[in-house]
Amino acid sequence: MSIATKEIEAGRIWDFPGGIHPPEHKHRSNQTPIAQLSLAETFVIPIKQHTGAPGDIIVAVGDHVVGGQPLTDAGLNNGLPVHAPTSGTITAIGPGRIAHPSGLPDTVITLTADGRDEQVTMPPITDFHERGRSELLDRIKQAGIAGLGGAGFPTAQKFALQRPLDYLIINGVECEPYITADDRLMREHAQTIIDGIEILLHLAGCQKAMLAIEANKPEAIAQFESLLPHHPAISLRVVPVKYPSGGEKQLIQLVTGRQVPSRGLPLDVGLVVQNVGTAYAVARAVLAGEPLIQRVVTVTGDHVERPGNYWVRIGTPVAELLHQCGFNPGPQQRVIMGGPMMGFTLPDLTVPVVKITNCILVPSYAELPPPAAEMNCIRCGACADVCPAQLLPQQLQWLAKAKDYDGLEKQNLFDCIECGACAFVCPSEIPLVHYYRKAKAEVRQLAREKMKSEVARERFEARQIRLEREKQERLERHRRAAEARKKAQAEAVAKGADDPQDAIQAAIARAKARKAAQAAAAAAKQSDDESNV
Amino acid sequence: MTFKLAASPHTHNRRTTQQVMRWVYLALIPGVLIQTYFFGFGVYVQILLALVTAWLSEAAVMHLRNRPVRHAWQDHTAIVTAVLLAIAIPALAPWWIIVIGTLFAIVVVKHIYGGVGQNLFNPAMAGYVLLLISFPVQLTSWPLPTELAQLPLPFADTLSIIFTGFTQAGHSLEQLRIGVDGITMATPLDSLRHDLSQSLTLSESLAKPIFGSLGGIGWAWVNVGFLLGGLILLKQRIISWHIPGGVLVGLLVPAAIYWLFNPDQAITPLLHALSGATMLGAFFIATDPVTAATSNKGRWVFGLLIGGLIFVIRTWGGYPDAVAFAVLLANMTVPVIDKYTQPIAYGHGGRP
Amino acid sequence: MSLITALIILGVLALIFGIILGFAAVRFHVESDPIVEQIDALLPQTQCGQCGYPGCRPYAEAIANGEEINKCPPGGETTIKNLSELLGVEAKPLDAAHGAESVKKVAVIREDECIGCTKCIQACPVDAILGAAKHMHTVIAHECTGCDLCVEPCPVDCIDMVPVPVRPDNWQWDLQQIPIRVVE
Repeated sequence: MSIATKEIEAGRIWDFPGGIHPPEHKHRSNQTPIAQLSLAETFVIPIKQHTGAPGDIIVAVGDHVVGGQPLTDAGLNNGLPVHAPTSGTITAIGPGRIAHPSGLPDTVITLTADGRDEQVTMPPITDFHERGRSELLDRIKQAGIAGLGGAGFPTAQKFALQRPLDYLIINGVECEPYITADDRLMREHAQTIIDGIEILLHLAGCQKAMLAIEANKPEAIAQFESLLPHHPAISLRVVPVKYPSGGEKQLIQLVTGRQVPSRGLPLDVGLVVQNVGTAYAVARAVLAGEPLIQRVVTVTGDHVERPGNYWVRIGTPVAELLHQCGFNPGPQQRVIMGGPMMGFTLPDLTVPVVKITNCILVPSYAELPPPAAEMNCIRCGACADVCPAQLLPQQLQWLAKAKDYDGLEKQNLFDCIECGACAFVCPSEIPLVHYYRKAKAEVRQLAREKMKSEVARERFEARQIRLEREKQERLERHRRAAEARKKAQAEAVAKGADDPQDAIQAAIARAKARKAAQAAAAAAKQSDDESNV
Repeated sequence: MTFKLAASPHTHNRRTTQQVMRWVYLALIPGVLIQTYFFGFGVYVQILLALVTAWLSEAAVMHLRNRPVRHAWQDHTAIVTAVLLAIAIPALAPWWIIVIGTLFAIVVVKHIYGGVGQNLFNPAMAGYVLLLISFPVQLTSWPLPTELAQLPLPFADTLSIIFTGFTQAGHSLEQLRIGVDGITMATPLDSLRHDLSQSLTLSESLAKPIFGSLGGIGWAWVNVGFLLGGLILLKQRIISWHIPGGVLVGLLVPAAIYWLFNPDQAITPLLHALSGATMLGAFFIATDPVTAATSNKGRWVFGLLIGGLIFVIRTWGGYPDAVAFAVLLANMTVPVIDKYTQPIAYGHGGRP
Repeated sequence: MSLITALIILGVLALIFGIILGFAAVRFHVESDPIVEQIDALLPQTQCGQCGYPGCRPYAEAIANGEEINKCPPGGETTIKNLSELLGVEAKPLDAAHGAESVKKVAVIREDECIGCTKCIQACPVDAILGAAKHMHTVIAHECTGCDLCVEPCPVDCIDMVPVPVRPDNWQWDLQQIPIRVVE
């Protein structure tokens, strides 16, 4: 065992550079148990709620469905299924607002609930130790489980590549201010989470799992400290309070001292990271056969009367969720899906809760004042001091403003995790992360255009070659027809000199030649027409 | 109902450029008070002149550049530049000295390069160097510390000498600078430098009345005042310790070594630390973020370079003090320092 | 005598250096991309002919022979900047005589109005229109470069140039442009 491995085993906690300590505001929502939200009347289920292609729709408008019934299947693009959150009728399939910062529409399935809330489940698998990987992975996929921590990467896909793994890391850090969904889940369902970790360990094919929890969650830590002695494969790691310690790459650095290579995956350093919420969902899917149709959502902020955590069916419109929590919108109200550091604002409340929605934050103006006008960068370097990826945010900002895409790539723009620490500390209130996101989108767009222009060039050149070839062929045919005519004439002239009889022959020959020429011309014309098609 | 859209993060630590700059000039107060105590009310007059010039010139430039004037005034960077320049020049210098210096600092050094954040050189120090080269007599005519002066200098006389060159009684600045022993006195560093070049030993030179127990009379306490202000800035995390630490190490370590080998001909490290603009330079001037290196490693290198240059220029150069030159020279090296001290980004093979 | 010595020495030196240079030229020969290829790679390949040349490659050849680099509206500022870097010439603003930079577009045929004349098919520089004589035509949207060349020949004006739709996956983070729908 190497020294580094020994240190990991001994429970050493490394540090990552930078990081910030924003006010936590977690006590507001973590004081009460997770409550069940009453069923909404209509549900809006986007067919794509994960990273990757959507599945194929397998229901039609007018169909009656029951809760837990799949609405899409993997289909041609190997998508992830989504399920009906409750029983009812499909009333519409078409474009609708989805949970995306752009507010642009995508395909959604609208379900009108019948209020009976009938449910269907898959057969439970209790002896998962005896089952093969592929069966369990298929179950996790059929249950529609994507990473519940925020990125929404399909969980089964993370284990699909059979690479040797050293550790499975379970992320219960939840470093973003305000959000307490994972905190409450860990306090109330520690045993189920542990079951989920055991299943994931079986899938990962490695010996050890590390469950990381931030030090500001003593109740959750106590829960696991009392339960984990019965599970020797799982060890607890309490990580210091610092944002963004819950970022996948930062957490890996904290508990193993390793760094995921740029543009690589945790797999490249022998690790897989899963969120505690995902572990819970996996346990329910395997042990109880329940597909992913609900999740814990933190509802918090000054403008909600009953902040707390709620079990919310996927597809519940945010309007319904906020209504049940007592929403009193203020002037210039912002409704943030996610936390104050990385969440995005919603243009309206028809947007549904989806698999990756961990928080709905409705702050007052005074609570989270909007940023003041952007001022000039004074190169103070505060951003570089807090950047967990060790980038130079002020440099990136200038390059982004100058649209110097090569420079941005050289300064490793794509290693930015968009945690927002730089913009948080910037004294000139420059919306740094926003510049990076825009620049990233532009770089990607340029790459797409580059690919498209390559294709266009190939097609243009192929067409040029084809046109040239056709021109040559046409010329060739005309030449042949002319030759045939000339030859016939020459023959006729030669014969017509000796014999009157031959004059008739010559006339016949001329007619023949003319016919041949016409036929050749007709053939040429026809092929011209064809070639134009 | 419509909702407001905004880009994340939606929260901010609420320390604005304006607040940073306010802390900087508030932290100058102890040093300025001590300087006033030793060198008279002229310090205030100079600060006031500098502020008015800075505000007016900045307004004019912003107007010419078709930018909102309020925008430039709000960030308070001009205040810091003006105050730093005002306390760097002799308290009784004629009024046009500070006006020219401030104009140059704001208009040429700051705005011609594109305004706040874009300037290559520290505006206050560039202004100071312009004055020092153009008007060496006025820039080296420091008044005597009050306790050594023969003639008292009330406020009215201070104004009079700054604006007309003479006190109401008709004394010139030169006459005011004559000490109790009847000889015109230079600043401690100046006089020490002169004496050492005249082959006097250190102890002989230090016996002169301009030197007190710590260092130069007045000057030592002024430096202590700026050190105190600097510690406040460190405590408030307005500046990081790397630059002042680098300056002091870069100055004092070579100074100490040189002094150990050459005790009769070298300035003592203590005198280095507590005379001239050492503390002002280390904590307030070198730490100007716009013109300093940005990574912590880079800040170290930048500070060490300034400290080393101060030592070299003070010991072998043509000027008694060297903070301004050292800072400007180091400013020029910042792009190179930044290039070679860039931290290795996550996932690019650096050690955690 | 000394003159002759000097001449001989210089001559010998010239010979030696000549041999070294000649050897280096052969030994260290770098096969570089012909400049036309490099220029062509920077052009947007819309083949629209707005530059006055029948396609991107001919324009690339013209640039290599000294033509101005600011005649490509579809490429816009980005292309001009890239070309100026490649060729070491000054970047100029887009030459307005050849059109203005606009959003990316794609051709769409109003299919029920199409008479099947094949004229647009012959005009398309990248063969992105499908159809046959007297049969309806359609545009292969992802092959279309938005060059506009098919619009003019259509005798019944049934081709529209529509902006490429913005979807969540190619959205450019313009928060100001989110359509705000007023409800309630």
